[in-house]
Amino acid sequence: MAIPFSYVARNMLARRLTTVLTAGGMALVVYVFATVMMLAAGLEKTLVSTGQDDNVVVIRRGSQTEVQSGIDRGQAGIVDSLPDIDVSPDGQRLVSRESVVLINLPKRKTGKPANVVIRGVTPAGLALRPQVHLVEGRMFRPGSAEVVAGRAIADGFQGAGLGETVRFASRDWTIVGVFDAGRSGFDSEIWGDGEQLLQAFRRVGYSSMLFKLTDADRFDAVKATLESDPRLTVEAKRERRFYADQSQALATFLTYLGTGISIIFSIGAIIGAMITMYASVASRVGEIGTLRALGFSRFEILVAFLAEALLLGLTGGLLGLAGAAAMQAMSISTTNFQTFAEIAFSFTLTPRIVVTSLLFALIMGFVGGFLPAFRAARLRIVDALRAA
Amino acid sequence: MFLPLLVLRNAFRHKLRTTLTIVGIVVAIVAFGVLRTIVDAWYAGVEASSSARLVTRNAVSLTFALPLTYAQKMRQVPGVTAVAWANWFGGVYIKESNFFPQFAISGASYLDLYPEFVLSPEERRSFLADRAGAIAGRKLADKYGWKVGDQIPLRGTIYPGTWTFNLRGIFDGAEASTDTSAFYFQFDYLNETIKRQFPRRADYAGVFIEQLRDPEEAAAVSQAIDATFRNSLAETLTETEKAFQLGFVSMSEAIIGAIQAVSFVVIVIIMAVMANTMAMTARERYGEYATFKALGFGGGFVAALIFAESLGIALIGAALGIALTFPVAQGFANAVGALLSGFHVSRETVLLQLGAAVVIGIIAALVPAWRAARIRIVEGLRTIG
Repeated sequence: MAIPFSYVARNMLARRLTTVLTAGGMALVVYVFATVMMLAAGLEKTLVSTGQDDNVVVIRRGSQTEVQSGIDRGQAGIVDSLPDIDVSPDGQRLVSRESVVLINLPKRKTGKPANVVIRGVTPAGLALRPQVHLVEGRMFRPGSAEVVAGRAIADGFQGAGLGETVRFASRDWTIVGVFDAGRSGFDSEIWGDGEQLLQAFRRVGYSSMLFKLTDADRFDAVKATLESDPRLTVEAKRERRFYADQSQALATFLTYLGTGISIIFSIGAIIGAMITMYASVASRVGEIGTLRALGFSRFEILVAFLAEALLLGLTGGLLGLAGAAAMQAMSISTTNFQTFAEIAFSFTLTPRIVVTSLLFALIMGFVGGFLPAFRAARLRIVDALRAA
Repeated sequence: MFLPLLVLRNAFRHKLRTTLTIVGIVVAIVAFGVLRTIVDAWYAGVEASSSARLVTRNAVSLTFALPLTYAQKMRQVPGVTAVAWANWFGGVYIKESNFFPQFAISGASYLDLYPEFVLSPEERRSFLADRAGAIAGRKLADKYGWKVGDQIPLRGTIYPGTWTFNLRGIFDGAEASTDTSAFYFQFDYLNETIKRQFPRRADYAGVFIEQLRDPEEAAAVSQAIDATFRNSLAETLTETEKAFQLGFVSMSEAIIGAIQAVSFVVIVIIMAVMANTMAMTARERYGEYATFKALGFGGGFVAALIFAESLGIALIGAALGIALTFPVAQGFANAVGALLSGFHVSRETVLLQLGAAVVIGIIAALVPAWRAARIRIVEGLRTIG
């Protein structure tokens, strides 16, 4: 017969201050661990929803980002004439010539400037991104000084709200609409008429091109066609891959930072658990002796103390997760140094993070509790009873 | 003599517990120090900036360039004694993860503006004489094992093609804060090549740097420069070098803030561990404390004993932790490479670590000391363990 669970649980209540301090330390570790994982997951989610699988981005070879890329009209015409480009139900070829520039805008909260993407799009460009919906106002009129702003930009930057104006390229641009891009990277962009923006910035070439494949499986063939054409100096990437590559450095940085910090923190928490459990064993030597004398085996003692440590870990884990879950209401906006542009993403709690965090907490409890539990199990009945 | 010994003996009565606590504090202090150093590294550019320099960029954003002809007009602005310019190159050395800053610079005028780059006269001469010449900072050259005379190929991301440079010199920093992880080459080489390939993109500079006659005039001169180019096709934004560098830092504000917050969380975690240790220690010794009181010692004495023990443990941990911070930070710097320049543990960091340890020691002892000081002799003597 195993030692009753209530004995284990009540031991934790017997010394509240110690329990609270130990579980509190673990809760903080789990909280930090979970929030960083949530950030990485949020960034990933933003990027995955930014790209469509059957869309292809074309940029100048070796340029890595749209801002650094340039495609002149001659090359754009060649890409336009690809046979693999899909046609929308109303007979429009789904290919968009886009111009992407960065402008400096001050943030609403701090007044400090950050770089925001201004994307010049075509009607096809809108059709190519079905996740984008206008939520306020209306779409810009082609040929006018009107633009629409992504939700994160409208909320976060001065002059980017509905009806306000932003000044760039020696002209004032009115924000006539706010769009929601389903928490994708486009939420951190401002969109306007492509040709209009090109003129305003006095550019002759486009930055990138985006088109939809008739058949997503044809990607490799299309890529080979484009990249082997001697008239073109371009490279083609699946849209999803393209955006994932662009934030790889940021994602890697977040993961490394999170893992590194969690490991260091968990050492502290494991030590805390160990101290508590050693003390818990030391103060109950007499009890352990009695339990053994009553016929409980060494193994059952080991299990009981391990259960106590695991319970401590679980309590900390649940507390930490509760704190982390509250972070979901927040979003974070920072500069992605690969694109040099602002990107907003939110803390996203996934089932995997819940499981990993709890497992992490239990492991901390187990590691911290194992040695003390082992010591408790090894006590000899006679010695233990005499000590009491 | 007796009291310190008593405190020390008390502290190590439970060798295992005290050792574990000290290990915890060491880990926390090291983590705190390294995290602070990472944050400091972000500000390295700000630290290294001079108040006698202004930076002018395109008002739209850094990705837009300014016509080279602006240099002439800037020289005419009262208060400006010299003008230099630079372009961000953004090339890839062998593979993308080998990131380091690369700039095309306006030769002698640029080097004159940055006296903190220490280059021998011969190296300077041979760099300026070679159109495809380049100079690299000591840290960067060490990382890739470059020697003067090496050829360095960079694959352009903004300027297409592969560019090969001859390394003509390796410069050192005049101060510890000087960034020696960057790579500089001749603007003329970039410009002439671009002129042949993309004539429209030639004769543009990314940023202009102006030397001020008097740093006090910074505000007036920057306004004068911006006024000169107002309502032109390329309006300018001029700020002090420090403000320019701070602009970069503020872009990663969210991440820096998070790291800073986390560095304090680690202290709070270890505070909980330490407080736990002290709470258990004091609980076990209520009988002894009561005995002290019975012998005539006051509550203050008992509290002082607990504070001394707690502070002692925290400070031992801090001393070990601070000593360990330096090699760990060095190891971290080697691991991330040139990504973070100016990675060194500052004196403020060490002082903050020490301060954190003192705070940990005091806070941890607060509740146990308060309880022990107020304990009634009879009750204290009655308690067992």
